[in-house]
Amino acid sequence: MSTNGETIIKVDHLVRRFGARAVLDDISFNVHRGETLVIMGGSGCGKSTLLRHMIGSMTPTSGSVKLFGQEITGMTEREIERLRLRFGMLFQSGALLASLTVGENVALPLLQHTAKSPDEIEQIVKQKLEMVGLTGFEDLTPDEISGGMKKRVGLARALALDPELLFSDEPTSGLDPIMTAVVDELTLKLTHGSHMTAVVVSHDMTSAFRIATRMIMLGHGSIVAQGTPDEIQNSPNPEVQQFIHGRPDGPIPLNLSQDEHKDLQLVRPRPFLGGRFRFHHKHP
Amino acid sequence: MKNYLQLNLSLLYWILIAPFTGQFFKITPIFRQMVFIGVRAAPMVALTAFSVGVTLAMQAAHSLQSLGAEMYIPDLVIITLLREMGPVLIAVIVIGRSGSAVAAELGTMKVSEEIEALEVMAINPVQYLVVPRFLAMMVMLPALTIFGNYIGILGGWAVCTFALDFNTAGYVLRALESADTWDLYSGMIKSVVFAWIIITISCNAGLNVEGGAEGVGQATTASVVQALLAMLVMNAVLTGIFFFSA
Repeated sequence: MSTNGETIIKVDHLVRRFGARAVLDDISFNVHRGETLVIMGGSGCGKSTLLRHMIGSMTPTSGSVKLFGQEITGMTEREIERLRLRFGMLFQSGALLASLTVGENVALPLLQHTAKSPDEIEQIVKQKLEMVGLTGFEDLTPDEISGGMKKRVGLARALALDPELLFSDEPTSGLDPIMTAVVDELTLKLTHGSHMTAVVVSHDMTSAFRIATRMIMLGHGSIVAQGTPDEIQNSPNPEVQQFIHGRPDGPIPLNLSQDEHKDLQLVRPRPFLGGRFRFHHKHP
Repeated sequence: MKNYLQLNLSLLYWILIAPFTGQFFKITPIFRQMVFIGVRAAPMVALTAFSVGVTLAMQAAHSLQSLGAEMYIPDLVIITLLREMGPVLIAVIVIGRSGSAVAAELGTMKVSEEIEALEVMAINPVQYLVVPRFLAMMVMLPALTIFGNYIGILGGWAVCTFALDFNTAGYVLRALESADTWDLYSGMIKSVVFAWIIITISCNAGLNVEGGAEGVGQATTASVVQALLAMLVMNAVLTGIFFFSA
């Protein structure tokens, strides 16, 4: 593990509350250069919220987030913008601008932030689209391509400025197995070859174990487990085992609503959903 | 309200201050918005203005003939158009057509994470999305108002020439004699103020959408209602200032 590299992200005692509910409760971890950190956890466990704190679009209730050694909580918009040029972000939906073509979407960061000539930009756009397997799609609009393609264009756009750090929100959901492998390969190539650092939020366990150098599992707002893929694979924690093997029954509650995680003991799988409980037949 | 004021301040920053720090706004998107906001609204504006011109002339004829003052019909048509009906009715058309479209477009961008994506790419949404729409509106609404005024005057001329005892020269001379430049300028000032109100309210509604498609619908409706009310109240205030204060 390249844990001896420079620390790129340092999250320290991060707490975020919405009203009385702590969506993120005392989260701390570091990400070093060249690492691929996979953040996993069930829906609504705070993964996306955590990601939004790392990119500076949400402010924590308390705690700190450092990117490239600089504290981003309390930064002015201008200062954050300067940092944002150094990282790329792939949104869950791709978040392409519907009014622009695929090529224009990828070119957008280059047009806004570099002084490159139109020819150079065209070259870069072609090259980035080729990386994600979408050669020749420049002139289509986002409406004309599938959800998986949008996501790959989003990835090409996130990589347009050759970022040092890439955030991906579920990069492989909605992709077919081959494209998932292609996107994973790309992430691996970039982190190994160009020393890019990646933070990936994912549900897709195959892909997660393929790309991760370190993994964090979130559950009800705090870190349930973290470690290398091997450590996670062999974790004795039943919640981790349930999640990575996708079992319907286990310690993870099925419905996490506003106040249920205060008292997890109450939220067990209903008898007819899991095999752990038996119907109690009344015998006469 | 806080969001609205912030939007206005940041708009002023990006238009008046940022260009001097080297962040000049791009011209192409402004022209694209001018076509959308202004040029495509021209047929509707023309039809509205013509109908209003015709209506004004007919009503004026009805009232003034009974006083034997038909010769003042062009005066009434022109002054009413330049001072009030032109700026207000054309603003109404633009609110219904372009203001709502802007609110819906920005709202959809908001709910589909596009605005957030812009921010993450270090592209300021106000600079990238609001500034071109704002500048386009500030140019096109007054332009449409002038255009509408002409068409309205043409409507008045049609009634006067074909249904009443005016000839073209008489109508034009009478009109030129009665209206002075202040009538035109006051209408222009109004339409500039309306343009500001319409586009900032629409953009603000769009950028603050929450909660999916339903939120976009609500924001669009709200933008139309708020822009209409604000515009009409502002019209009363401006008329008071221009024509009613000593």
